[in-house]
Amino acid sequence: MLLQRFLIRLLTMLVTLFGVAVVVFVVIRVAPGDPIAMMLPPGATDADIARLRALYGLDKTIVQQFFIWLSGVARGDFGTSISLRQDVLGLVFNRLPATLELAIVALVMAVVIGGTTAIVGARERGTAVEAGIDIASGAALSIPDFLWGLVLILLFGVLVPIFDISGRVSPQLDLPFATQFYLFESILRLRFDLTWDLLKHMLMPAVALALPLAAIISQLLKQSLKEVLDLDYVVLTRVKGFSETQVILREALKNAALPTLTLIGVQFTFLIGGTVIVERLFSYEGLGNMAIDAVINRDLPLIQGIVLVFALLFVLINLTVDMMYALLNPRLRHG
Amino acid sequence: MDEGRAPRRRVSPRLWLAGGWLLLALLAAIFAPLVAPQDPLAQDLMLERLPPFWMSGAEPGYWLGTDSLGRDLLSRLIFGGRIAFVVAFAASIAACLVGSTLGLISGYFGGWADRVISRVVDVWMAFPPVLFAILLVAVLGTGLSSVIIAIAVIDWTRFCRVIRAETMGQSRMDYVENARIAGYGRIGIMLREVLPNVVPSIVALLSLEMGIAVIVEAILSFVNLSISTDDPTWGGIIAEGRLSIHQAWWVLVFPLITLILTVLSFSQFGEALKTRFDPVLR
Repeated sequence: MLLQRFLIRLLTMLVTLFGVAVVVFVVIRVAPGDPIAMMLPPGATDADIARLRALYGLDKTIVQQFFIWLSGVARGDFGTSISLRQDVLGLVFNRLPATLELAIVALVMAVVIGGTTAIVGARERGTAVEAGIDIASGAALSIPDFLWGLVLILLFGVLVPIFDISGRVSPQLDLPFATQFYLFESILRLRFDLTWDLLKHMLMPAVALALPLAAIISQLLKQSLKEVLDLDYVVLTRVKGFSETQVILREALKNAALPTLTLIGVQFTFLIGGTVIVERLFSYEGLGNMAIDAVINRDLPLIQGIVLVFALLFVLINLTVDMMYALLNPRLRHG
Repeated sequence: MDEGRAPRRRVSPRLWLAGGWLLLALLAAIFAPLVAPQDPLAQDLMLERLPPFWMSGAEPGYWLGTDSLGRDLLSRLIFGGRIAFVVAFAASIAACLVGSTLGLISGYFGGWADRVISRVVDVWMAFPPVLFAILLVAVLGTGLSSVIIAIAVIDWTRFCRVIRAETMGQSRMDYVENARIAGYGRIGIMLREVLPNVVPSIVALLSLEMGIAVIVEAILSFVNLSISTDDPTWGGIIAEGRLSIHQAWWVLVFPLITLILTVLSFSQFGEALKTRFDPVLR
């Protein structure tokens, strides 16, 4: 039952990825402007251009190009970046950890902020505290990450300059890292000086990404908690003499969390999508920032590679959430 | 939030504020050549980085100060509003027409039409939207129509998903069955019976989408991919402000306030419409 569900989802996932590959391939190849002409000096001859076109396979038909590219992708070969003259997969893997770290830190923040405000709001239901939380979450939800990023730059980059608003790490630092997961590695190596520097750079973009998600989590979890708190078994716990906070944490939370958990999965993909512009805003050297450069430079192989990696990330997250839901939901587990 | 059980609710002050701001910004944009105090493109290096009116060093007539080329910020914001509102209306309506039509077909007819449309929506949802928008504008070439097309191409799925679900719900209702028994054709029922019942959701989504379109346009002009660089846009002003943030904070603050107020107003309207039309909440 569960395996069958998993296999069906896996198949749909592959169809979706194939669709993404087709769409991005078609879209960037109908683009006017010759990427080859852009990478050559002005004095290049027609023969030079033709030679390079053949080198990048751009002299073939779109369908041929697509299947050449696809068979390469199947072998783990995403081609060579036109603007950076490096292997696309290498470039993507070099940048992906920075984006993943940012997204995960933002997700953790969103869960902590959203969860706390939901619990406080549910405990103080019907009071001014709950009304205040409602207004705050309404505003946090309506303002997108791009604008939050700008607000934070003004507040903590200019007005009270306590955080860095540009880059991933201070350039003068010596980095002893073996991987691109700087933040996680700095913690493992107990180099907390570096952890602090990385966090000082990451905090503002992460908060910008986290705020809208925190608001959604807060609203949905509070709603679920309030529903659960009226149920008989919870009332019984209360009669036994537990405090309201204990009732929420011990009994209500685990039964109210499932809808929120599903929602977090879907919303996490939106958060990752938001890293593109937020990284740009904070000059953070992640995948999204590289993607915008790739589009501006008309670097076709690099754009294809990045979009496909983002899509893969999205469908994997959806798959994970779907499986978690199936595992946690008793009705599906025994169905 | 109160559940609004009273049959006729008074319009909340928040809605008045939202409507007031949008009306003000819209009128200023429409009559921009009349209300803008200065030429938004006129550069004057003698007047560079003038502060807003309440600070010392301000010049009369340059209420919100000037940017690093001496261009009047208020006038640029007013003219930038023209592009913002054109994009907001045109892109949202285009996305709405495409998305609602496909959602209606998908939800009402089901079967293979639903399967194909739902697969396409899945594919679309696997794209990071901002990157997709940037890619599309880069491909289509910068310009107002490219921006509008790009936003419509990306955001039709928002309408499609909601309208599909609503249409499915409506199709199971008795009145649809009655219409079928009465001998109406399938397309007739879809347009005459189902569509009017999903219109409230469409209108609410439309208002929310306008706020989103304004933001996407600002993001595109922030990365310098919206319209020609000469015309002032809110995102373009923000990009300038981000660069000169330590010398002239006002170049970032005022467009940011403008954007936040506009987005909040559109979403207030969307929420209010949703509550007003929702039969459960009403």
